[in-house]
Amino acid sequence: MDLTLYVWRQNGPEDKGKLEQYEAKNVSPDSSFLEMLDEVNEELIHSGIEPIEFDNDCREGICGTCGCVVNGIPHGPQEKTTACQLHMRQFSDGDSLTLEPWRAKAFPVIKDLAVDRTALDNIIQAGGYTSAYTGEVGEANQTLISKPNADYAMDAAECIGCGACVAACPNGSAMLFTSAKIAQMAVLPQGEIEAAERVNNMTEAMLNAGFGNCTNHYECEAACPKGVSVKFIAKTNREYVKALAK
Amino acid sequence: MILDGKCPTGPIEKSWDKHRFDMKLVNPANKRKFKVLVVGTGLAGGAAAATLGELGYKVEAFCYQDSARRAHSIAAQGGINAAKNYHNDGDSVYRLFYDTIKGGDFRAREADVWRLAQVSNNIIDQCVAQGVPFAREYSGLLANRSFGGAQVSRTFYARGQTGQQLLLGAYQALSRQVKAGTVTLRPRTEMLDLVVVDGVAKGITVRNLVTGELESYWGDAVVLATGGYVNVFYLSTNAMGCSVTAAWKASKKGAYMANPCYTQIHPTCIPQSGDHQSKLTLMSESLRNDGRCWVPKRKEDCDKPAGEIAEEDRDYYLERKYPSFGNLAPRDIASRAAKEQCDDERGVGPGKRGVYLDYQSAIDRVGEDTIRERYGNLFDMYEKITDENAYKQPMRIYPAPHYSMGGLWVDYNCMSNVPGLFVLGEANFSVHGANRLGASALMQGLADGYFVIPYTIGNYLATVKPGEITTEHAEFAKSREEVQGRIDKLMNVNGKRSVSSFARALGKIMWENVGMARSEESLKEALQEIPKLREEFWQNVKVTGEKGQRNGQLEDAGRVADFLEFAEVMTTDALHRNESCGGHFRTEYQTDDGEAMRDDENFCYVAAWEYKGEGKAPELHKEPLKFENVKLAIRSYK
Repeated sequence: MDLTLYVWRQNGPEDKGKLEQYEAKNVSPDSSFLEMLDEVNEELIHSGIEPIEFDNDCREGICGTCGCVVNGIPHGPQEKTTACQLHMRQFSDGDSLTLEPWRAKAFPVIKDLAVDRTALDNIIQAGGYTSAYTGEVGEANQTLISKPNADYAMDAAECIGCGACVAACPNGSAMLFTSAKIAQMAVLPQGEIEAAERVNNMTEAMLNAGFGNCTNHYECEAACPKGVSVKFIAKTNREYVKALAK
Repeated sequence: MILDGKCPTGPIEKSWDKHRFDMKLVNPANKRKFKVLVVGTGLAGGAAAATLGELGYKVEAFCYQDSARRAHSIAAQGGINAAKNYHNDGDSVYRLFYDTIKGGDFRAREADVWRLAQVSNNIIDQCVAQGVPFAREYSGLLANRSFGGAQVSRTFYARGQTGQQLLLGAYQALSRQVKAGTVTLRPRTEMLDLVVVDGVAKGITVRNLVTGELESYWGDAVVLATGGYVNVFYLSTNAMGCSVTAAWKASKKGAYMANPCYTQIHPTCIPQSGDHQSKLTLMSESLRNDGRCWVPKRKEDCDKPAGEIAEEDRDYYLERKYPSFGNLAPRDIASRAAKEQCDDERGVGPGKRGVYLDYQSAIDRVGEDTIRERYGNLFDMYEKITDENAYKQPMRIYPAPHYSMGGLWVDYNCMSNVPGLFVLGEANFSVHGANRLGASALMQGLADGYFVIPYTIGNYLATVKPGEITTEHAEFAKSREEVQGRIDKLMNVNGKRSVSSFARALGKIMWENVGMARSEESLKEALQEIPKLREEFWQNVKVTGEKGQRNGQLEDAGRVADFLEFAEVMTTDALHRNESCGGHFRTEYQTDDGEAMRDDENFCYVAAWEYKGEGKAPELHKEPLKFENVKLAIRSYK
């Protein structure tokens, strides 16, 4: 199939940036979205144009490195799918695609479609862990965790940290990302002790990093390639209220 | 030279405890005077950096990804082994030790493997304390499942994302140390040289992947945890950025490369669909519990839809060849059998490089719902990639490069032959011998990072004056100049052929000649082809963009250039090892029924290769392997 691409080109953080038009010819419907970009880049290289820069690594939907906004939707039109797992058969011959980077105050553009997501790391550093030293921590089966709680924690822990939730949110909020970690830890006995401190520190770090707050648009859940639920935001709000009382 | 692994002597079950006691310690007040550089933030590197930070060392952690959370450990699906014996099914440290030695086809060091088995239980305890959401029973206890190469249930898992959850555990421990101020993260940096001063590792040169600047960092010790090298085959299950570069740079500075010919080809991956393909996706080994592998008996049936091929015209080749293990034959054997069928021109799908993995008889037996419950997520992933419904038609699978058992040579302390250079996880060669068992890679990464390096690095640092050599030393400037020279050379070739076309060409040479089955002839062919391609690369590669900013083409070009050098050592190792063992299958050395034939008399050693300069043959050093606790035996799966 043949496609027309409008790709955001920005030569560094200071550059103003603009959309450039490229043709993607003879695209195999079996290729992934990123493989389609690889082929466009090969063509650009041969015509002496600098290839499009985009972040990617595992190409199996788990590392969270890739992602761009395709026709206004983070990671493109297919539900619960990262850009690397999106395949070209989702599109039709003759389609036009507009490719833009994640747009959020907290994610400055590095080049073209690549953005700096260090702000997400900063949120985890503020408290997204249990304070367990490596060493003799006690036998694993001494602490029982009910299956529903373990499953709930795992549902939250599925987050791959890609930032699509931020890109989708009209407020540029990282509330889904932050909440997923808060909720995972709050529901486990290992994380419960530090729950109050964690919810305060992490939400504060989120706001300090330049992310907006949550006003319940639920765009984040719709964009999330792992289907992380907004119920974790509700859980975080409860944890926040509980922390106020402490 | 005969290498000494410096393994402790005496009864093996006391070896690690005794060694821990014998090692020197660094006083807590002195620890903060030492700086340790950790390259790579996967399970091994992330765990090491976090733990060394907790101990009070100053740590700088480097990774090429944009965040420490994205290392390729994250893609591991199945699980992590530990000898907890929760199921009372006869597991023990000794059994895990034995299974790992045997699974590696008797080509690993006993003492290292014992230690791995011993600390496996601590790993599970540690991860649970970190809040890793392992699968649980309704009782609230941890759940286990079975895995290949073992007759006990010892694998802990978190859905199909065990690697992700363990890595996030290590990443969160690391994040805690960042907050505590002991660890500094340096993401988006790629190590391009090891700085060695008077024979001792003292720092690294990295390229900042955002600004393009070269930066020097000094450390009293350097820890490499930079993963494996199977991207030398171009198409593999590894991430796009995985490369041999850091290890190879260390090798060029004197560190020996051990057993590079030991590579694991995983049997169940989604086959290549066309030339556009950039990577191959693994489908969990567990699928072979219910799926049956087959190809058409006749070549002329290969283009027909699977459903139109009658039962009697199908060749269930694994069941035919290995009646007792059938479709659950081990990875190396199942991979080679699939290749044989395709070489016989009875492969299916695009390019005829695929075999069927068929669920029809399982669906008839237990129903589609049960199969969906067991493997639903894998069937969904398969459909996303291939657009085929595996409930209705058989899956197509083909083996793909997955893991490297070989790596930099290290002694029992995980220190290479270059003092001050430590190597952890997949980047070293130590515990998997010639073949790795499933669910053992995660175990090794975390064992090395959480429970080995924190002790052994102290033993080394206690003999070093902290901060004696810093980036002021002339060797750092020299290293930067060398790296700059190579980058300039890459940028200035200004040829006609793209970087990725060279990566593909090298991958083709390696896959065809140094892949699942190797012969003297094919290896000699590769040794002719690799230098030719390397020469063309340096005359005709086209690297676009600028060196002074983010430049993905330049990054890839550097990695491909290193693979083009490393591939020769890997092939040389495969050619010298005149035996078949584990993942190294030499067609000349097989039994009458096509099984790997080891030669314990002549090859029961670790082959460690010393780099001697470009275009020169590497020098072989041997470390003899002694088996005092396990008897050398033949692996059979008939």
